[in-house]
Amino acid sequence: MELFTYVRQDDPAAAVQQAGGEALAKFLGGGTNLVDLMKLYVETPAQLLDINHLPLGKVEATAAGVRIGALVRNSDLAYHEAIRTRYPVLSEALLSGATAQIRNMATVGGNLMQRTRCPYFRDTFWPCNKRQPGSGCSALEGFNRSHAVLGTSDQCIATHPSDMCVALAALDAVIHTLGPKGERKIPFGEFHVSYGDDPAKETVLQHGELITAVELPATAFFRRSHYLKVRDRTSFEFALASAAVALEIKDNTITAARVALGGVATKPWRSAEAEQALVGAKPGEETYTGAAKAALQGAKAQAHNAFKIELAKRVIVRALTTVANMG
Amino acid sequence: MANDNDDLSRREFIGSAIAAGGAIGLGMNPARAEEAALPTISISLHVNGRDHRLNLDPRVTLLDALREQLHLTGTKKGCDHGQCGACTVLVEGRRIYSCLTLAVMQAGVRITTVEGLADGDRLHPVQEAFLHHDAFQCGYCTSGQICSAVGLLSEGHAQTDDEVRELMSGNLCRCGAYPNIVAAIQDARAKKP
Repeated sequence: MELFTYVRQDDPAAAVQQAGGEALAKFLGGGTNLVDLMKLYVETPAQLLDINHLPLGKVEATAAGVRIGALVRNSDLAYHEAIRTRYPVLSEALLSGATAQIRNMATVGGNLMQRTRCPYFRDTFWPCNKRQPGSGCSALEGFNRSHAVLGTSDQCIATHPSDMCVALAALDAVIHTLGPKGERKIPFGEFHVSYGDDPAKETVLQHGELITAVELPATAFFRRSHYLKVRDRTSFEFALASAAVALEIKDNTITAARVALGGVATKPWRSAEAEQALVGAKPGEETYTGAAKAALQGAKAQAHNAFKIELAKRVIVRALTTVANMG
Repeated sequence: MANDNDDLSRREFIGSAIAAGGAIGLGMNPARAEEAALPTISISLHVNGRDHRLNLDPRVTLLDALREQLHLTGTKKGCDHGQCGACTVLVEGRRIYSCLTLAVMQAGVRITTVEGLADGDRLHPVQEAFLHHDAFQCGYCTSGQICSAVGLLSEGHAQTDDEVRELMSGNLCRCGAYPNIVAAIQDARAKKP
């Protein structure tokens, strides 16, 4: 690791102020991603601001929704009664990610900031536009079986790795932050940015802006939701393709739908196209196949990952079938 | 020591300082005063019921502090990247990877390593079960497996063999002792008061 100074803050406003005064400061939550990347010299912060003692560790469930503190650990959130019953897709997504040990450490805020598992990003030997802007993308010409087919650019094809974020994309989550300019609320769909020409920029957060909470609305049909993840081994592995889906069905007609994809895109991928194909249609395989096709319409395969397009379609169909058959 | 080499990179300096006896912070390199003056942080680690005062470089992981400073070598270093589970310890009773957390982050909290599980000469029930079921071969992953199993039992989310396997997936065993590990955990779970 590079040298850094370590500072512990107990007050959110003080943490934001301190981070604002050091251009190379990073907030330190569970450390599962940041400490790992520091060991690889991929992350080289000059200052680590340990935020684990900020009062942001509560889950508050009310009739209006659920407010999840940024420091709630993944395991605590996954097993929380309100999450299991009102947002099963989120509980399943969290429990499909990493391992019990990592889920005990990792925070909700940190998971929103999770970096890609692209092997070229994680190894400083290789050119990488995300790690070193302008150096080139090794994955485009390299081994790209695990890479994205949606939201790519000619600068970067790195897959967004988070499972939790896919569920949050489907659940209309809102991210609360505290920054040098005060508080703001960011709709989940606006939080992660498409790569375009600047793959180093992954979110709309400003330097020193702290995630304080994630809010979920009290949408009734989110109880009828599911996360399906397909991967090379059945546990402790990132998704090749995953889907977070929710359906509202009335009088044998789909009246509302949420579809988000993981493992295939450069950011947590909500598919408006799939949702449009579902709403107003009768539940059934033909409808789900149409939605899956719509979701992958703009997919672009690289040399080794064309299989992901068909795989993602099948994951969507199976996840929708499961949800439609829920009681 | 390459004291006169102004071109020495930060990383090389750290490497050579460690090679020279880990003497970072003793002002060995006038040309690198900034690094040489790097402050250590004074913390107290509460491990297996005992407090230990330590002055640590903030980069030291909990794993390295346990092994190198406190000489508690039961906790193993496997991958050092949170991918194998050999370094699993309990913090406030919850299992974590000690390689992915900095020691300074864990100041003042209750840490339990494999050395702290037994009650004097009486082994922890999970340790007994691992012995009884021959739940290891080379033994390198075993302390991590046992600490992880203790955490799993207190979490209380695993009932079936499949659930045990899933919730133990953060501990790899390259000898492949998995069937006996699952049997040992199920045995300990059944006997849990």
